[in-house]
Amino acid sequence: MSSRRRLATALGGLAFAASALAAELPSADRRSGYDFMSRETRAMQDDDTANPAMLWVLEGGALWTRKAGAAGRACADCHGDARATMKGVAARHPSFDPARGRPVNLEQRINACRTDRQGAPPLAYESRELLALAAYVARQSRGQPIEVAIDPRTQPFLEAGRATYHRRQGQLNLACSQCHDANWGRQLAGNVIPQAHPSGYPLYRLEWQGLGSLQRRLRNCLVGIRAEPYEYGAPELVQLELYLMWRARGMTFEAPAVRP
Amino acid sequence: MMDDRVGDAVAVTPARATPAEMQEAIGKVVGSATVNPGRVTLDLPPLIENGNAVPLTIDVASPMTGADHVKAIHVFTQKNPQPNVVSFHLGPRAGRARVATRVRLADSQTVVAICELSDGSFWSDSADIVVTLAACLEDGI
Amino acid sequence: MASALINVPPRVKRGEIIEIKTLISHTMETGFRRTQLGALIPRDIIRRFTCTYNGTEVFRAELHPAISANPFIVFSTIAVESGTLEFHWTGDNGFSVSQSTAILVE
Repeated sequence: MSSRRRLATALGGLAFAASALAAELPSADRRSGYDFMSRETRAMQDDDTANPAMLWVLEGGALWTRKAGAAGRACADCHGDARATMKGVAARHPSFDPARGRPVNLEQRINACRTDRQGAPPLAYESRELLALAAYVARQSRGQPIEVAIDPRTQPFLEAGRATYHRRQGQLNLACSQCHDANWGRQLAGNVIPQAHPSGYPLYRLEWQGLGSLQRRLRNCLVGIRAEPYEYGAPELVQLELYLMWRARGMTFEAPAVRP
Repeated sequence: MMDDRVGDAVAVTPARATPAEMQEAIGKVVGSATVNPGRVTLDLPPLIENGNAVPLTIDVASPMTGADHVKAIHVFTQKNPQPNVVSFHLGPRAGRARVATRVRLADSQTVVAICELSDGSFWSDSADIVVTLAACLEDGI
Repeated sequence: MASALINVPPRVKRGEIIEIKTLISHTMETGFRRTQLGALIPRDIIRRFTCTYNGTEVFRAELHPAISANPFIVFSTIAVESGTLEFHWTGDNGFSVSQSTAILVE
């Protein structure tokens, strides 16, 4: 790319970012869903010996070393000790996959490794094994700053995600922004509305009585506003994930979290 | 059913209507013995964001010696589909009569903890809690 | 695959009261829920949890459907001697999980 085109792209990117920022939550006002929880639920998240999500992390650790697929490889065979090699990875997803020409989230990245490198079938979305591996990998990013790469490749997907976030949907005709940008901190029925930063996924949701992914939560919200939820793995969901992680950039990753 | 003798403290009956089922379940455990308020501390958050997993801690003031210890702690609810929650069996090996778990509470209600001491006496504490429900329905995911 | 997380301090002084935290994965299906079509989902819970210390039972809990999914139980025991703490969960449909931890008492 010529230096002039590079400059034009960069300026265009800045202009987009600037106009987008005007509609965003002010950076200093951003707070994790953790801050909106009761003392007891926070205590559950803070204690690894009491956090139910750690059961999935434990299983994920076991799966990490298990050989799979036609190639007979375990994650550990390529990636070694996850505490070192996976540090920061979950906090940087969704990320662009050049082979697929689009961003992929953490679960899709794990499945890409399974199919491309292990010769194993992909794990079903929200299956125990996929959640366990995702929880184990995500755990290695705890404490890291969220930082998804936005560049000319991912920009269009970011814009699409942002458009979804601001678009009214469903029979209730609500956009995500109406609750999570304009009314965070207020009560909806008995609960406080959080800002919807995905800083803790996959997480243990008390309502689910189990661990689940960000996509599961997004689909729940869509059902909540009486919209047809996008299928697991749908590009609309991955774009929305990318936008939400970008919106949460710089915030601390806290997976696996607990939420009410 | 519990005796309601004048002059005896029957702590499990707060100053409002209590579903008979909880009384019956308590009766199965304590028999005809009197249940006194005190010695037990039942710790529950007063306002609960989600009734699926409510942290519950129970502490009983007891030296936990061979001669004087807590034999068991029982927990009951007023409005769950079933009154029994859990029974913990301790003994002098416990060192301390303190247990914790997470429970399901179906609605705003009263929770009762009853402990049985080695001398056969029963003591209780109760807590009134408010349970809020999730704002949005998630069915059909 | 039932996994259990047990938290016991690895080295303790003789006579010390130690707090043991246990977590086990289990849905604790209450038997009160119904499917979308109205059919009752049968009860499937852990009913009993025991801890034995070198063979002697030091703690027991009887669980009912009101115990949350992925049961979390915290209790205490006196560190009397080195040896093995065995934890045993049993429940409906033949559920039976055992796990043990070594304890070093100085």
